[in-house]
Amino acid sequence: MKWVKVIVSFILTLSFLSFPSCAFQSDELLVDDEEFGLEGAPQHRSPEPIPTRSPPVTSPTRKRHSDLDSDSKIQFSLDHAFGDSDFSPAGTFSARLKTWSHGGQFCQTLTKLRFSRNSFSDVEKEKFKNLLESDDFYRIRLPSNVLSPPGRDFIISSVKARCLPRESLDEHFVIHMEGVNVLAVNYGSPGSCPYPRNLKLPAKWSFSSHTVLKNSEQAPRAPVFTEEILGGENAEGEVVQPAERSFWAKYWMYLIPLGLIVMNAITQAMNMPEEQATGQVPAQGQPSAGAVQRGPSSAVRRR
Amino acid sequence: MAIMSFIFAFFFFSSLQPILSLYEDQVGLMDWHQQYIGKVKQAVFHTHKTGRKRVVASTEQNIIATLDLRSGEIFWRHVLGPNDVVDGIDIALGKYVITLSSGGSILRAWNLPDGQMVWESSLHGPKHSKSLLLTTNLIIEKDNSLIVFSNGRLNAVSCIDGEVLWKKDFEEESLEVQQVIQPPGSDFIYVVGFAASSQFETYKINAKNGELLKHESTAFSGRFSGEVSLVSSETVAALDSTGSILLTISFHNGKISSQQTPVSNLLEDSPGLAVIIHSSVTGIFAIKTDAATIFIRVIGEGKLEVVEKTNHETVVSDALSISEGQQAFALVQHAGSNIHLTVKPAHDWDSNLLKESIKMDQQRGFVHKVFINNYIRTDRSHGFRALIVMEDHSLLLLQQGAIVWSREDGLASIIDVTTSELPVEKAGVSVAKVELNLFEWLKGHVLKLKGTLMLATPEDIAAIQYMRLKSSEKSKMTRDHNGFRKLLIALTRAGKLFALHTGDGRIVWSHLLQSLHKSESCRQPIGLNLHQWQVPHHHALDENPSVLVVGRCGPSSDALGVLSLVDSYTGKEFSSLRLVHSVAQVIPLPYTDSTEQRLHLLIDADKHAHLYPKTPEAIDIFQSEFSNVYWYSVDDDNGIIKGYALKTKCSGNVADEFCFDSRELWSIVLPSESEKIITTATRKLNEAVHTQAKLIADQDVMYKYISSNLLFVATVAPKASGEIGSVTPEESWLVVYLIDTVTGRVLHRMTHHGSQGPVQAVLSENWVVYHYFNLRAHRYEMSVIEIYDQSRADNKDVWKLVVGNHNLTSPVSSYSRAEVITKSQSYFFTHSLKAIAVTLTVKGITSKQLLIGTIGDQVLALDKRFLDPRRSVNPTQAEREEGIIPLTDSLPIIPQSYITHSLRVEGLQSIITVAAKLESTTLVFAHGLDLFFTHYAPSRTYDSLTEDFSYALLLITIVALVAAIFVTWILSQRKELQDRWR
Repeated sequence: MKWVKVIVSFILTLSFLSFPSCAFQSDELLVDDEEFGLEGAPQHRSPEPIPTRSPPVTSPTRKRHSDLDSDSKIQFSLDHAFGDSDFSPAGTFSARLKTWSHGGQFCQTLTKLRFSRNSFSDVEKEKFKNLLESDDFYRIRLPSNVLSPPGRDFIISSVKARCLPRESLDEHFVIHMEGVNVLAVNYGSPGSCPYPRNLKLPAKWSFSSHTVLKNSEQAPRAPVFTEEILGGENAEGEVVQPAERSFWAKYWMYLIPLGLIVMNAITQAMNMPEEQATGQVPAQGQPSAGAVQRGPSSAVRRR
Repeated sequence: MAIMSFIFAFFFFSSLQPILSLYEDQVGLMDWHQQYIGKVKQAVFHTHKTGRKRVVASTEQNIIATLDLRSGEIFWRHVLGPNDVVDGIDIALGKYVITLSSGGSILRAWNLPDGQMVWESSLHGPKHSKSLLLTTNLIIEKDNSLIVFSNGRLNAVSCIDGEVLWKKDFEEESLEVQQVIQPPGSDFIYVVGFAASSQFETYKINAKNGELLKHESTAFSGRFSGEVSLVSSETVAALDSTGSILLTISFHNGKISSQQTPVSNLLEDSPGLAVIIHSSVTGIFAIKTDAATIFIRVIGEGKLEVVEKTNHETVVSDALSISEGQQAFALVQHAGSNIHLTVKPAHDWDSNLLKESIKMDQQRGFVHKVFINNYIRTDRSHGFRALIVMEDHSLLLLQQGAIVWSREDGLASIIDVTTSELPVEKAGVSVAKVELNLFEWLKGHVLKLKGTLMLATPEDIAAIQYMRLKSSEKSKMTRDHNGFRKLLIALTRAGKLFALHTGDGRIVWSHLLQSLHKSESCRQPIGLNLHQWQVPHHHALDENPSVLVVGRCGPSSDALGVLSLVDSYTGKEFSSLRLVHSVAQVIPLPYTDSTEQRLHLLIDADKHAHLYPKTPEAIDIFQSEFSNVYWYSVDDDNGIIKGYALKTKCSGNVADEFCFDSRELWSIVLPSESEKIITTATRKLNEAVHTQAKLIADQDVMYKYISSNLLFVATVAPKASGEIGSVTPEESWLVVYLIDTVTGRVLHRMTHHGSQGPVQAVLSENWVVYHYFNLRAHRYEMSVIEIYDQSRADNKDVWKLVVGNHNLTSPVSSYSRAEVITKSQSYFFTHSLKAIAVTLTVKGITSKQLLIGTIGDQVLALDKRFLDPRRSVNPTQAEREEGIIPLTDSLPIIPQSYITHSLRVEGLQSIITVAAKLESTTLVFAHGLDLFFTHYAPSRTYDSLTEDFSYALLLITIVALVAAIFVTWILSQRKELQDRWR
């Protein structure tokens, strides 16, 4: 079952690779991480993920070594618009900006995103009610760069206003980040919003917001088999002994015809004594058998 | 259970070979292949020797081809590739075709009979310049030589082996060499050009060794413009940059003398800006003004005389020397539906060597180019043949007042293709022409039977094969049950629409679109795309179907648009429209009006939406769906993807109730420093998905995320957008996105580190397959992403389904939060790709195959199961039964699965799949320079008998069986009777 081990370790490695971080670039970490040392898997040979890409941060799985790290707090604002109105501030995102340099390159990522939503003013409530009545769009926007807002352009997202109200106004943000750049935001209700959208006013005029920060996933690599074939041991391990099948499973295709033949023979053997028991001479038996066989043909004739 | 597993295993192994290889005798039954060369740029005749007469042509698609002068068939051709533009061709030594290409830096010789390359030299020089090729009969060191001017260097090259015999640089920065002239019978060469646009320079060079014999230059007060025309071997004519003064410059023996004549002296009316037309007729040159083409003769020392003033549609050929010291040239003029071909001797304008009038199809437009060739007639007089290139890029050979052959080379540059159904066979419609009579039908079947019973003689086999290939059944002009017969409607770059029959590839009709015709208001019309405008069925069957051709006047996206509506049965353009707005996007809406005209939304550059057809009915239909119309735009340059919805009627100063303002709903801004959009892909609008659920091995079910609003976007690092290998793996990455285009939600984002484009992608059902280069592995890779809907995943419980407690029938909304999971996997793939498509069947039941246009210009079918993200090294028994193939690192290329079999579709551009009515079959049309069409059944034709099924054999078997039944019945009766009597 060596191959299982290999695969498990392979998957483990992959899972580690899928949470790459800048820190992962450093040699230290590689040494620290026992699994990589022991693995000897193909990943070793291929170069490590690229430093210029800033890594995901959603779930910092490991403690990064922090000599070069620096944290700073940043804020960026969320604007909203009702239908085609102009954008006005609606809330603030605050996050910690992690900066560390690696090989002369700076990596910056956001962590610990928090969101504080301004509550609707009366005017805004009225506007929102109008939106609900006309089934219009509630639009939000974010800067495309959190360090120097608005960056190149604003990231806009909109949702039919009728999707938001539940108990309170429920909203769900998925912010797709790339370093300090916001690429896109998925904005909408946290649940479903089936098509005939009914007019429903929220019981509470407050927002319950969920925010998720998302970074790019790493694509799975193409499987490399050459290594395993080279390491002869693995290759042998690869040849899995087919599970021992039962006698029936193996030979059923022979057994069934055999059974049929046997059954046939038995019925014939059973018939023989019967015929003898009736006392008919075989010479007379033949025409009678013929008559039996003619049965269907005469039936055809009658039809 | 064992039986079950056996059956599953049986099906699995039997389906392991899904490859539909053809037998040799099946080639040409379902497929056809047409070869084209494109618009001819230059043609050289080869008619000296006895044997096969041919013409060598170079085209704008960078092809060198030799054609049979008798039939127009291609003897051989070479595609030089997009960057290897042919500058000049000629024939040397009577057996080599010489080509100068790539901006004059590559000189090649091809063997004329078979097209093999004989030699190739690369010529480099100090600077970029015009390239000129001149074949001479000069003999330098016993070798015949060529004189090539390119990149600021004059080279003499041996014809035998391509060796450079001598070279001479013209490094002066401002020198623009215009002509290289070798006066006949002399052993020196003139190099003529302008320096600093105002100085005329001549260099006299010894042709034997490249030595500079004399250099003269004269300054002029004005500046020269562009071209010069060679009037004689020592005189050129030029225009100044204002286009109003003609200069004739002679440089006899290196002494420059010139004459200036204002154009207005020659013409009474002010001609406006004139341009010199390149020609090489001795003593005559031509200028073109806004209104006319004027032929001017040079008499003696710079005296000019207008010999003829013709309208614009006049084309003149190069001079052809017909006998010692005598030259002739051809003129082609239009007169109504005829063209007049006139061949005149160069010295005498008024006499004609030949004057012919030829009836010309109006759909070919104007003559663009003419090349002439002479031959000796049976009565020893001079005969002439002319090769003409028409506006629609077709090529025709004229001889003796008739069109000897024509080639539709416009089909080498197809922009867009759509299909149209053929008319329904009605009682009244006579199709008798193609119908066979009963006797022939019987004869055919008897022959087939003979073939089946192996009784056929070789002649019979040949007859059977001929019958199969020429089956009238497939080229009928009516609809068939299987939906194999259709019209392929193709828009070419020349602005011509062709309808090809899918049965045999013949051109049913062709139409040069008026809307895409050059005119005062539309200088540079280009066709954009084709859409099905009207597809009548049900209640509008009497109408003919029609297609919408969208074009615009000029290359920029804010140029005004043009629309044409063309009847797809007759090819008549029944409506043509010049729009007052630009066309950036055309969106066919899923609504039709009462005459089955499809509603189309045209988005202009200012993001206004315009509804077509402009009828009150259309607006009524549209109003009810007003709030459900969304669209998106992709701005490749800035890396911004935006989504829009409609807002209100246009608020412009003109009240237009078919125009709507849009509002921006969402935007995705990709960081310009790290990502650049290179490819996008969407689902085909007409794709049918049979089932939403996918049963997986352990009796489990997964729901496909099927949305027609899914957009696949691939971006690369800006640095890595160049060629493969221009960046290190660390600097390059490929990011792929799956985006919902209604809400702008990013459903999936994934990075391939160390990978780079070009990316080819295809999106179908709930999966996307894309192809790119992996720099780390130094190989091409193909990846697949499958996307599944999790929000329906809990509908697995049978009881829930029975009780009705499930959400399967609830409408899907993009505004619901997408709970999706994706599965992906990458595989190595040997080839680089030119195009990728997926088979399309009418109900989507048949399993899918990818159609891959390989770099070798062939189409390879690859089963989608090879690109299943659930493949694993050791699939479980259950997974094997489901058809999961054990994981391999690379995708197999099975030689039998090339659907183009032995053919190549040169310059492959795209692969189009159309569903036939028969579920198992998809129609595949691949086009580039060549066209290829075939039927393809991804899972074999499980729902029909093959065409070579012998009905006669079946009939005979039935008859024999019936006879046998009767015979045995009689026999048995007789036997019975006898038995009773006994």
